[in-house]
Amino acid sequence: MIEIDLSQNALREANQRLQAVAADDNARRFLLRNPRGAHAVAAGLKAPIEVTIEGHVGFYCAGMNQEADVILRGHAGVGLAENMMSGTVRVTGNASESAGATGHGGLLVIEGDTSSRCGISMKGIDIVVGGSVGHMSAFMGQAGALAVLGDAGPSLGDSLYEARLYVRGRVESLGADCKEKEMTAHHLDKLGRLLERAKVSANPRDFRRYGSARNLYNFKIDNLGTY
Amino acid sequence: MSQRPKTPRTHPRASSIFDAYALSEIRRAAATGVYDIRGGGAKRPMPHFDDLLFLGASMSRYPLEGYREACNTAVTLGDRFAQKPIELKIPITIAGMSFGSLSGQAKEALGRGASTMGTSTTTGDGGMTPEERGHSTQLVYQYLPSRYGMNPDDLRKADAIEVVVGQGAKPGGGGMLLGQKINERVAEMRTLPEGVDQRSACRHPDWTGPDDLEIKIHELREITGWQVPIYCKIGASRPYFDTALSIKAGADVVVLDGMQGGTAATQEVFIEHVGIPTLAAIRPAVQALIDADMHRKVQLIVSGGIRNGADVAKCLALGADAVSIGTAALVALGDNDPRWEEDYQALGSTAGCYDDWHEGMDPAGITTQEPELAQRLDPVAAGRRLANLLAVMTLECQTIARANGKSDVRNLEPEDLVALTVEAAAMARVPLAGTDWVPGQGTF
Repeated sequence: MIEIDLSQNALREANQRLQAVAADDNARRFLLRNPRGAHAVAAGLKAPIEVTIEGHVGFYCAGMNQEADVILRGHAGVGLAENMMSGTVRVTGNASESAGATGHGGLLVIEGDTSSRCGISMKGIDIVVGGSVGHMSAFMGQAGALAVLGDAGPSLGDSLYEARLYVRGRVESLGADCKEKEMTAHHLDKLGRLLERAKVSANPRDFRRYGSARNLYNFKIDNLGTY
Repeated sequence: MSQRPKTPRTHPRASSIFDAYALSEIRRAAATGVYDIRGGGAKRPMPHFDDLLFLGASMSRYPLEGYREACNTAVTLGDRFAQKPIELKIPITIAGMSFGSLSGQAKEALGRGASTMGTSTTTGDGGMTPEERGHSTQLVYQYLPSRYGMNPDDLRKADAIEVVVGQGAKPGGGGMLLGQKINERVAEMRTLPEGVDQRSACRHPDWTGPDDLEIKIHELREITGWQVPIYCKIGASRPYFDTALSIKAGADVVVLDGMQGGTAATQEVFIEHVGIPTLAAIRPAVQALIDADMHRKVQLIVSGGIRNGADVAKCLALGADAVSIGTAALVALGDNDPRWEEDYQALGSTAGCYDDWHEGMDPAGITTQEPELAQRLDPVAAGRRLANLLAVMTLECQTIARANGKSDVRNLEPEDLVALTVEAAAMARVPLAGTDWVPGQGTF
């Protein structure tokens, strides 16, 4: 494992090193120490490497990740794994707002809690949160799945498109055009597989499923009061 | 039989307030219960570049010889932080317009025309298509709140990144692409079900405010290796503060879009009643650059209602480094061409007025995803027309610059201008013609 101490090396050098790993490089495991709240740590990775970060990070950790497996042993600031395309990002602590925002693919696991707008405009990413999520989570979620083992704050799934939401705890309120849907065998199976991928121990039957009512897909004057 | 004397009747008088358009809109709203949506920019009369004149040379100013003495038009954009700034041969770029709102043929034509003249094109909401990347030698990739189609591979293919904070036609508003134009390809690029109304967010999902934007720009630079310039596009509303905050956030270039700037679709009430005219926005933005000691270090691109070389010259004289054109570029491609008058009439419009771009029925084949209509546009010929327009605009701008004794179009300055109206004089901060009076002096 190659160690990079961010108290001794500039972030630019560290990211450049991680971004430059070629498909045939032998060095594929990295350990970043002392991030000390830095922003954009391990952003823009594009190869199947394993990066472990020891400590807390600021905004946009693992932003736009492609293929890399990133493990953060600490807490994350705003926009964790924003616009992730593939790979996995796992956080042992909590994450701030907009975790997994606009993610197109890959798996984001937050073992602790995460703040508002988790999975906002998600476009295919799968997100598993061990704790609870804040308000407006999965706002305008287009595709992918959000599984929450704890509770969800107000306006879950507001203006939802086709993202699938599963919550084990209490949902404070649903947002516009989001409704509870039947948990079919198909969805139990999908959720079970997701929890397994996330290495999270939970029974899919304990969750409730939410999705788009699809009433706001096209503008109708009769829905004016809903907007 | 006696006839009663005829009482003279007054001529029927139309209200200037309840004019024909206002009446028709009231009737339309009453019939439908829905606000009007359209494309384009503000159509109302407002102070514009026509209200300014250049003084030209005189006893105290020496002109340059037209056609003989050089007048530079090249401009470098984004050399504040980027290792590979944009090098343009002309100070006129093509504004952001998406595939989805425009046909693939139209995007190709824009790329062809701009590349011929050595300037850049810009993507829009919905991501980058191979066609526009392939036909644009310099392509600016817009980074929008929706992040439709956003991916790091395309980000790294871009020659510059434009973080869109606002748009002149709708400062504070998000995008809108109605279901008629969400066909299979557009839906796939945007990860949306086919046929749904696509309403892009008005705020970015993972940052709020200039302090966050600074961190976001830093992230984009980390992902792209600090190679390419990062623009910040703002709708003209509070141009002094928005420009100052863009500089503070680390932008290499500020793009300032006035309310005449077009959009693919939004509410008519938004287009006509939110934002300020381009003419009113430039001087406050330039003042912000000067106050930060960043004028010419952070470049300013101005857009919104620019039609000809005189408009370009006036923008540059007021302190811009370059301009962007959108509507004029579409007209050059063939938008609102009288040759399609019969079709425009069938749609309840007329050539020159057609703005229902969101319906996807554009007779000119530009703002549509209907294959039969899109095929009406020959991208090679349309690209040539755009290149011709850009050439004419550049020559016109040079003509004016030489007449004012400038060997570089960016040497034009406010001192070369006067205004025809008090309003334009106050907005552009140049004297009313024939006087030394600059109204409205004071803080922004």
